[in-house]
Amino acid sequence: MMEISTLHYLVLGAALFLLGVIGVLTRRNVVIVLMSIELILNAVNLNLVAFSRYWQGLHGPSALHGQVFAIFIITDAAAEAAVGLGILIAFFRNKETVNVDEVNLLKW
Amino acid sequence: MNPSLTANPPVATPFFFYGLAAVMIIGGILVITRKNAVHSALALITALLAQAGLYLMLYAPFVAGVQIILYAGGIMVLFLFVIMLISIERQQKERQFNKQWLVGIAAAATLGGLFIAVYTTTKGGILFPPVGRESYVEAGNTQEIASLLFDVHKGMYMFAFEIASLLLLVAIIGAVVMAKKRI
Amino acid sequence: MHDFVQYIESYLRSNQTPGAAGNVFWATVYVLLVFVGLSVAVIAMNWLERKILAHMQVRLGPMRVGPHGLLQPIADALKLLLKEDIIPAGADKIVFWIAPFIVVLAAFTVFVVVPFGPTHAITDMNIGILFMLGVSSLSVLGIVTAGWASNSHYPLIGALRSSAQMVSYEVAMGLAVVSAILMTSLNAANTGTLSMIGIVEAQKQQEVWFLFKFFPLGIVAFTIFAIAMVAETNRAPFDLPEAESELTAGFHTEYSGFRWSLFFLAEYSAMIAVSSIAVTLWMGGWLRPFPNLLQGPTWDLAFSFFPGLTFLLLGGMCFYNTVRMPKHPLFKIQTIGLAGFGAILGFIGLLMFLPPIRDRVGDIFWFSAKVAGFMYLYIWYRGTFPRYRFDQLMKVGWKVLLPTGLALLILTALVGMRTELLAQVREVFR
Repeated sequence: MMEISTLHYLVLGAALFLLGVIGVLTRRNVVIVLMSIELILNAVNLNLVAFSRYWQGLHGPSALHGQVFAIFIITDAAAEAAVGLGILIAFFRNKETVNVDEVNLLKW
Repeated sequence: MNPSLTANPPVATPFFFYGLAAVMIIGGILVITRKNAVHSALALITALLAQAGLYLMLYAPFVAGVQIILYAGGIMVLFLFVIMLISIERQQKERQFNKQWLVGIAAAATLGGLFIAVYTTTKGGILFPPVGRESYVEAGNTQEIASLLFDVHKGMYMFAFEIASLLLLVAIIGAVVMAKKRI
Repeated sequence: MHDFVQYIESYLRSNQTPGAAGNVFWATVYVLLVFVGLSVAVIAMNWLERKILAHMQVRLGPMRVGPHGLLQPIADALKLLLKEDIIPAGADKIVFWIAPFIVVLAAFTVFVVVPFGPTHAITDMNIGILFMLGVSSLSVLGIVTAGWASNSHYPLIGALRSSAQMVSYEVAMGLAVVSAILMTSLNAANTGTLSMIGIVEAQKQQEVWFLFKFFPLGIVAFTIFAIAMVAETNRAPFDLPEAESELTAGFHTEYSGFRWSLFFLAEYSAMIAVSSIAVTLWMGGWLRPFPNLLQGPTWDLAFSFFPGLTFLLLGGMCFYNTVRMPKHPLFKIQTIGLAGFGAILGFIGLLMFLPPIRDRVGDIFWFSAKVAGFMYLYIWYRGTFPRYRFDQLMKVGWKVLLPTGLALLILTALVGMRTELLAQVREVFR
C-alpha cells in the first residue's frame, strides 16, 4: 500500500500496548498477567526503536539513542520477570493457587 | 565486505511489515485469551520473534539479536519453567477472566481512544523519515551502539550501563532469596 | 539463454555474499545448497558414528545393509518414515506437534551466517555470532515444550534437566565467545566485529589463529568453548537427559517415527553449527594451515591439492576394501557397489585437480575438514568418557567453567590492552 512510515510502527506499538493492558486488567492467572506486562514492554520498545530510526534520518547514522534505551528496557524486563516469578513461586508455595483475586490476605 | 553507504534499498517492505505485524497482533490476542498458560507462552514467543523481525526492518540488528537471546531464549524459558513447575490441572477448569473484566475493557478502550486522538491530529507528513539522509546500512550498528555506551568522548550511557548491571545483581539475589524454602 | 549464463557468471565473479548484494535468487540457491549439504552431512554422521564407535569398542558395526553398512542410514530413514505415529493419550496435540519443528527451525536457521569462504555465506549479518548464539538458544524452548507435551514423567524430568543444562552452559559459551571477539579488536582502527566473516578476516589480518593468540589464553578459551558446546548439544559425556539407561531417552521418549527423526536431525545440525562457531572463532575458518609461515605461490599450489588428494585417498580406501571383500557369490553385488562408490569418490577427487575448480573449492574444503575433525572429536568423546551425573554436570558448568571464563575474559582484555595500560602506568609514575 503506502510506504511504511514511522506512524505505522507507532500504531502497531499502540495496538500491542492495548492488548497488554487488557491482559493485565482482565486475566486471573498471574503468569499470564506477567506475560501481558512483557507485551507492554515490547510495545514500548517498538516505539523507541521506530523513533530511533526517525532520529537517525535527521541526525546521522550514529544517533542510536532509542536503540540503547530499548536494550536497557530489555535488561530491565529480564530482571523484573525473574523477581516477579520468584515472588509467584513463594506465594504459590503458601497458598497453592495462582489466581490474582485470591491474593487477598491483607484485605480487611 | 562492507557494502557502501548507499547500498540496495530493502525489498518488499510493506509485505514483510504487514506480515510481521499480523503475527504480532495475533500472538498478542492469543496470549491474553488462552486458558492454557503454555499456549500463551508459545504465542508470546512467536510475537517476540516477529518483533525481532520488525527490529531488523528498522535497521536495528543488535537490538534484534538481544531480543532473540534475552527475551525469547531467556525470559520465556524462565516463564515456561515456572509454568511447568506450578501448573495444576484444576487451573484450566476455572474461570479465566476476573470479575472486573468489563471495567478493564472500558479502561483499555478509553486508552485506545486517547491513542487514536493523538495519532490522527498530528500532521501525517511529520512522521515520515526525511528522505535523502537515510542510510540503508546496518554494517556499523553494533560499533555505533558500543561507542554510545562505552566511548570516552561520545558515550553518554556508561552510568546507566553500570546501574543496569547493579539492577541485575539485585534481581539475582532477590530471585534466589524468594525461591528458597527457608531463608 | 546467453543472458542467463552471463547472469550466472556475473554473480560467480562478484565478491559479495548474496545477502549483501540483495540478490534473492542466489540467496535461495545458497539456502538450498546449505540444506542439502546439511542433510548429507547428517546422514554421513549417522553412519560414521556407528562405525567409529564400533571400531573403538573392538567390533565391526553395521556390515550387512550395504557394503560395510554404507546403506544403513537409508534403511534407518525408511524405517523411521514408515513407523506408526503414536501420540500419547492426554498429550496436548498442538504443542506435541509443534515442538520438533521449533528445535529443527532453531538448528537450521543458524546456518544463515556460517561462512564457508570469504563470500560463501548466505548473508553476513553485522551481528553474526550473536545471531548464532541466540538462535541456538531457541532450541531449549523446543525441548521444554516437547517434554511437557508428552504428558509423562520421564520426558518432563528429562526436558527440565536438559534445558537447565543447556542454559547453564550457554553462559560459559558466551564468555568464551566474548573473549575471542575481544581479540578481533586488536587492529589499527581499534574496532572489533561480531560478523563471522569479519572474525576470520581479523585472524587473517593478524596472521595468527585465535587458538594460538596470547598463548595460553586462546587455548583455554577454546577449551572452555569445546566443553560447553558438547554440553550444549546434549552429547556424551553430558547426555544424562537423553541416555537410554537413565531416563529411557529423556524428552523424546514419546516421539516415534518421523518426529523422532526430526529431533535427531536437529541434534546433529546443532552439533555441526556449534562446531562451525568453534572453527570460525578459534581455528581460522576457511584459512588454510600456515598461511604466513609457508607463503608464496608454490605453497598455495601445494595446499590446493589437498581436496583432490583427500577424495582420492577415500576412493583408494574403498578400492582396498573391495579387494578384501569375501569372495563368495552372495557378496557380488556388495563388491560391485563398493567398487562403484570408490570410483565415484576417485572421480570427484580427479575433478578437484582441475585448475578452475581447484581455486574455488579450497576455502570450503578447509572449513569442512576442520568441522569434520570436530565431529570426530564428538564421536571420540562418546566412545571414551563415562557419563556425568546431573549435579556434577551443573557443578562443572557453574563452578568451573564460569569462573574460568570470567578470569579468561579479564586476562584477555588486560593482555590486549597492555601497551595502553603500560603507557598510563608510566604517566602515573612520572
